[in-house]
Amino acid sequence: MQATSHAFKANAHRALGNPDLQRAMGMMRTGFPAHRAKAIARLPEFDALRDDGIAIKNHVLANLDFYLETFEKNVIAQGGEVHWCRNAAEARETVLAICRAHDAKTVTKGKSMIGEEIAINDFLEANAITPVETDLGEYIVQIRHETPSHIIAPAVHLVKEQVAESFRDAHKDLPRERALEEPRVLCDEARAVLREKFLAADVGITGANFLVAETGSSIIVTNEGNGDLTQTLPKCHIVLASLEKIVPTLEDASTLLRLLARSATGQEFSTYTTVSTGPRRAGDSDGPEAYHVVLLDNGRTALLGGEFQDMLRCIRCAACLNHCPVYAAIGGHAYGWVYSGPMGAVLTPTLIGIEEAGNLPNASTFCGRCESVCPMRIPLPKMMRQWREREFSKHLAPKAQRWGLALWAFLVQRPALYRLASNAASRALAYFGGARGRFRSLPLASGWTDMRDMPAPQGKSFMTLWAERRGRAERSMTPP
Amino acid sequence: MSDAREQILGGIRAGLGRGRLGEAEREALEARLAAHRRNLVPARAAALDHVGQVALFVAMAQEVDATVVHVASASEVPAAVADYLSTQNLPARLVIAPDPQLDDVPWSERPLLELRQGMAENSDAAGLTGCFAAIAETGTLMLVSGPESPTRNNFLPDTHIAVLRASQVVAAYEDGWERLRQRGAMPRTVNFITGPSRTGDIEQRLVLGAHGPRRLHIVLIDDAQSRE
Repeated sequence: MQATSHAFKANAHRALGNPDLQRAMGMMRTGFPAHRAKAIARLPEFDALRDDGIAIKNHVLANLDFYLETFEKNVIAQGGEVHWCRNAAEARETVLAICRAHDAKTVTKGKSMIGEEIAINDFLEANAITPVETDLGEYIVQIRHETPSHIIAPAVHLVKEQVAESFRDAHKDLPRERALEEPRVLCDEARAVLREKFLAADVGITGANFLVAETGSSIIVTNEGNGDLTQTLPKCHIVLASLEKIVPTLEDASTLLRLLARSATGQEFSTYTTVSTGPRRAGDSDGPEAYHVVLLDNGRTALLGGEFQDMLRCIRCAACLNHCPVYAAIGGHAYGWVYSGPMGAVLTPTLIGIEEAGNLPNASTFCGRCESVCPMRIPLPKMMRQWREREFSKHLAPKAQRWGLALWAFLVQRPALYRLASNAASRALAYFGGARGRFRSLPLASGWTDMRDMPAPQGKSFMTLWAERRGRAERSMTPP
Repeated sequence: MSDAREQILGGIRAGLGRGRLGEAEREALEARLAAHRRNLVPARAAALDHVGQVALFVAMAQEVDATVVHVASASEVPAAVADYLSTQNLPARLVIAPDPQLDDVPWSERPLLELRQGMAENSDAAGLTGCFAAIAETGTLMLVSGPESPTRNNFLPDTHIAVLRASQVVAAYEDGWERLRQRGAMPRTVNFITGPSRTGDIEQRLVLGAHGPRRLHIVLIDDAQSRE
């Protein structure tokens, strides 16, 4: 997809003025955090499990070459194939070649963020293969020609009336005036439409929440069962996975699974956790005849050994999105690419460059909730700061900001001068603020005054008050 | 794309600031894989006796909208299934997985139940399967694919009836893996199923039966008392 992260500010403005989006985000703001809090309160070992999970991921990253080779060996031993892809283009070509080898006309898809990252749907369509998203949220955004706005709840930015409208437009063979008020009815309609697609598909594409080195397995978690129908009914199953999804054993996967659903939706466990290993076995009456894992790097190995390595621990639970005040205000589309919220603000610049995505690490209040809810304790605020530093040192920040910061840095390193300048400025502001004591507009400060008045400084400065207080205290301690 | 493979592996080693792992290091990692060491397993189920684990399984499964009926033996399964279908106003028709675990169910005692054994089709409204195990910790069924248990039978029918024996209930996922390894090779598919299919994708409102079964009904055969 064409990134619009450079236009983040305009995107965010539009989002704040969109009443449907604001209504939808209001529902998200309360739902996910409350469910997560309840699930975690029920599991006293949650924090200890986080420590175990982090240790597993760090161990894997330190030995990533070994575990990937082991995974590949075991996939092959089970009759599957692994395709190593350096970038999105290689991954797309690989998927297309497999689809062509199976003479595919339609492809069903389970939810996959890697699919979004490599924009596989557009590519398949351009090559005369019809991709059908089957996760309800993904299906909704596909028929609206949108992208997911949340990594686990793709249609979280929509209200049900918008979904109903899209269904009327997309399902033209159904009576136009049918009742579509309730989510139950919308879901039933999607179920009926998509059931036919499941049965007709030639290839099924899913993502992977984990890859298991020990067995050569891929694991997906879903609530709808769409991933299972996607990968069970067609003759070929393609797994799209980035290479940091690997874990050593089924035991290690179990530990991470205990963290994933609770952090994501606040469920004890997702409805369906499915472990797939190779194609169907001799004697099996169903299951795919071919099993392919498309293993994508796309800039991830370049993070190893650097200041963003910890980002590779991310298990895509979306807890950081669900708890982010910025995400909750503007939704995911404003971020302008596949990943949004705090994890997107850190990951996106690594994948598409800080030149395009420099706004994202700046879109944070640094409240720290993202890090505190991250099951992998990824230091997201610290990493956003690191991106800001890089952006600054690469001279990418806007000129006004650079000069402003340079002037400020010059002054704060010279305390006497700083006090002189700030006293003069506050006196001038107090004078011009006049009787109202506030400004409706100020040169260079429209970012503030467009939205609200700027109060004029009143009374003495902190430094002056502090000096006076210390003077009083010293006097009162002087013996008579 | 062997170029890509070598380049990716080389990039990993360069990033980690080392070359290929030495023999001793590889052996240590192989040993870690072979040990199947468990990480922390929550006490919730592991600390209970087996009767307690079965009770926990039932409570957790019910919490996520599965229904559970207890029967004393396999001979009571046909009546339990017929009752369930009739109370749900469903036709007395079932596709049954060709699972030898279900061989001791005397279906002929309920001649009005219309049965077909084999792989589920889209037209099958209700299906019945066995289970491989069940996880008490979260009320989760564990099913494995094989000639006797097609995966689609767990997903295509609107109503999934699972016959579980209390002796198949284990505390944690790790216990399930241990049982599976004792059985032999990894099957193509392992399905962990926790309640019926659901979605919250429209306004976060919970709707059951998104793509998989709307109803999950567990017939629990209490065969485990003798173990205590």
